[in-house]
Amino acid sequence: MTIYLMCFFLFVMGLYCLIAKKHLIKKIIGIAILDYAVNLFLILIGYKSGGIPPVLFEGMNKQTFSQQSVDPLPQALVLTSIVISLGVLIMMVSIALRLYEKYKTFDTSEISRLRG
Amino acid sequence: MLVFYTLLAIMILGSIVAIETRNLLSSVISVGIVGFTLSILFLMLGAPDLAITQVVVEILALVILIRATISVDNTAIEKHRDTFAMVSSLVFVGLFLVFASYAFLEMHAFGESLMRTSQHYLDNGLAETGASNIVTSIILDYRAYDTLGEATVLFVSVLGATVIMRRIGRKRGVNL
Repeated sequence: MTIYLMCFFLFVMGLYCLIAKKHLIKKIIGIAILDYAVNLFLILIGYKSGGIPPVLFEGMNKQTFSQQSVDPLPQALVLTSIVISLGVLIMMVSIALRLYEKYKTFDTSEISRLRG
Repeated sequence: MLVFYTLLAIMILGSIVAIETRNLLSSVISVGIVGFTLSILFLMLGAPDLAITQVVVEILALVILIRATISVDNTAIEKHRDTFAMVSSLVFVGLFLVFASYAFLEMHAFGESLMRTSQHYLDNGLAETGASNIVTSIILDYRAYDTLGEATVLFVSVLGATVIMRRIGRKRGVNL
């Protein structure tokens, strides 16, 4: 329970950075922290105390493996999520650089003021 | 158990520094601290595939973010702060935290995974797919369409970034 709350605190800090900060790169950093927190939360749900990685080695007992291994399904889905978050980050940074080229600033209040 | 709490505390401290510091470059480096600590935490939680992927993705993300901050002149952020936005978002975030803690009371405790679906994968994964790594057997066999969609999303995002960043574009109203 405490570890879930700590992970959620990380999520909330990313959300705060996304809402309160004006700088575009700071907002991108907030989204990155939010990504980390969500991925970590899904892995924490699938953890089993004293668990082993879901990889079978030679000479390993099949029965104890399926009893002890951690949940492999969130790992497979989070693997997808990590790679997609990289793609989203590339897209956001390129849009931010284009905005900087046009307006010569990263400040979002300045950008909305300078329209036209 | 203590190692999880320690690593999470390091992550929270790193993200506080990343959010609150004024220098943009040190902020990006602090995000790197959070990401690499997350990869160590994945390794401790029994997910070595995720740890490897997280390290690779983190290095690429750091390179891209440093490129974005170095190429522009104003790496330091200006002084003025919007106090109203800060206070209102802090209140909102606090309310969010309170309601989420009520939701966490209903969840199963940490360390007791439910494993309703994935018990089948663990029991029959080796016999049905022939892969000794169960995560690989899930992403490449049981849920292969998910991976196909991931590749599509990655391709589209790279294509979009290329189109946004390219210098030469066609002028509007000119027929070629």
